[in-house]
Amino acid sequence: MSEAIVVNAVNDAPPTPALLLDGVRYGYAGTRRWVLDGVNLEVAAGRVLGIVGPNEAGKSTLCLVAAGLAPAAIGGRLEGDVLLGGLSTRDANPHQMAQRAGILFQNPVTQLSATAPTVYEEVAFGPRNLGLAVDEIADRVEHALGALRIEALGPRDPMRLSGGQAQLVALASVVALRPPVLVLDEPTSQLDPAGTRLVGEALAGLAAATATAIVVVEHKTWLLADLADACALVADGRVVVHGATADVLADDRLVELGVEPPPAVRLRRAAAVRGVALDSAVVDAVAAARLAADPDTVEPVP
Amino acid sequence: MLAIVLAIALAARLGRAMRPYLLATLPLVISILLVNTFLYPGATDRILTLGPVSATWTGLAEALQATARVVAFALSVALLALTTAIDDLLDDLEHRGLGRRTIFVIGSAIRTVPRMIERAGEIVDAQRARGLDTEGSVWRRARGVVPLAGPMVLSALSEVEERTMALEARAFSAPGRRTTLRPLPDRPAERALRWGLFLAAVVLVGLSVSGRFPLP
Repeated sequence: MSEAIVVNAVNDAPPTPALLLDGVRYGYAGTRRWVLDGVNLEVAAGRVLGIVGPNEAGKSTLCLVAAGLAPAAIGGRLEGDVLLGGLSTRDANPHQMAQRAGILFQNPVTQLSATAPTVYEEVAFGPRNLGLAVDEIADRVEHALGALRIEALGPRDPMRLSGGQAQLVALASVVALRPPVLVLDEPTSQLDPAGTRLVGEALAGLAAATATAIVVVEHKTWLLADLADACALVADGRVVVHGATADVLADDRLVELGVEPPPAVRLRRAAAVRGVALDSAVVDAVAAARLAADPDTVEPVP
Repeated sequence: MLAIVLAIALAARLGRAMRPYLLATLPLVISILLVNTFLYPGATDRILTLGPVSATWTGLAEALQATARVVAFALSVALLALTTAIDDLLDDLEHRGLGRRTIFVIGSAIRTVPRMIERAGEIVDAQRARGLDTEGSVWRRARGVVPLAGPMVLSALSEVEERTMALEARAFSAPGRRTTLRPLPDRPAERALRWGLFLAAVVLVGLSVSGRFPLP
């Protein structure tokens, strides 16, 4: 069992974790395999934990378990403890979990209710379910749309959006529920670099302004390099590496498991291979410049 | 009823918009007119004879009554569709206490249909790109449905679980009433008209059943 990841603000008294996974093992119903096998995670309010790993590593399952949907909504076997704000996911109904943890799935189309005539009402779907006052709902919806800069989509039909727009609307619909914990499974998979940066800024702002604890699964390590306070590399249902973001994203096991490190790390490696000593500030500046050009195709500079 | 529907349609200037609905009833209306006029059992009051069959006044009267019912029904549906936004209707029904699950099922069914049609088009394009012949004879088209239906059904089923989880994650099963965002105005005159029409229907049915005013 790996050591717990602690992503806490530095202060005297350790705050109650917003999310705690303690010795978690999970297997889907009808299967014998443990998809998660001894995962320990802890995220404090206002902090961001990045999860990276190869395909089939168990990252999406980790999201379902952390948000309390597995096994509550989909069944399966859970061992260990998952605590959201101190409440065990075993002891709460899915709608109680919804107020403690919001989850964004990879496919934004399935996230949308398919019943709302406008994006505005789609984002209001969750708060309406909670029976909140109309003014409160309006405030939440406008704040969520504004945070992601998609106010202009408000009157649009949510079923007629591009993939990237749908992803932003799905994220806004989760944000509008204002849960203390946000679990995001590849929230930028359908977004271009500009959209990805926007989501990164919005999440960072959300964590800082509302003390939301955020768990974000991402393949775009360059986003996590800026956003996450800590990262965990997950493979075969286990946490392989964990710790400060810079350390995890520079770990050799990232490449061995098929995860591409951020541009700055690749640049340093390429320079080291050629025996060139590069100043850290230069590396960061060059990486940032190339990242700004096109983060997904950036190549190491010799 | 036909007179009421037509009066409302004219007052709302929906005459032109209702034409497609009226045209949709044509095949049924024509068959009703022909079958009843020429083949009404036991009728002897001939109008004219065409070969082995004869048109009768009794049959024609029955045909016109049945046609009036079909047209009244079709135009009532048209009137509802043309004057009432489905979202407003569902909002109001929910506001009046209809369960959120029922509302969701109706709403998602209505909104999912265009999405399914779009997806069918995408699958057809994909299958065509891979050499499937979706044009030509009826047999060929029928064979083309098989590779279309598979991906359609499987993709819909694969989304069900995730949609269910997404709903749970958005507090769909929370107890209590959902908030209504757009309470619709309900003027006293509208309420009076609704109740008046309802009472008139009850009285008419009562008179008809008691034999005092037999309806056709």
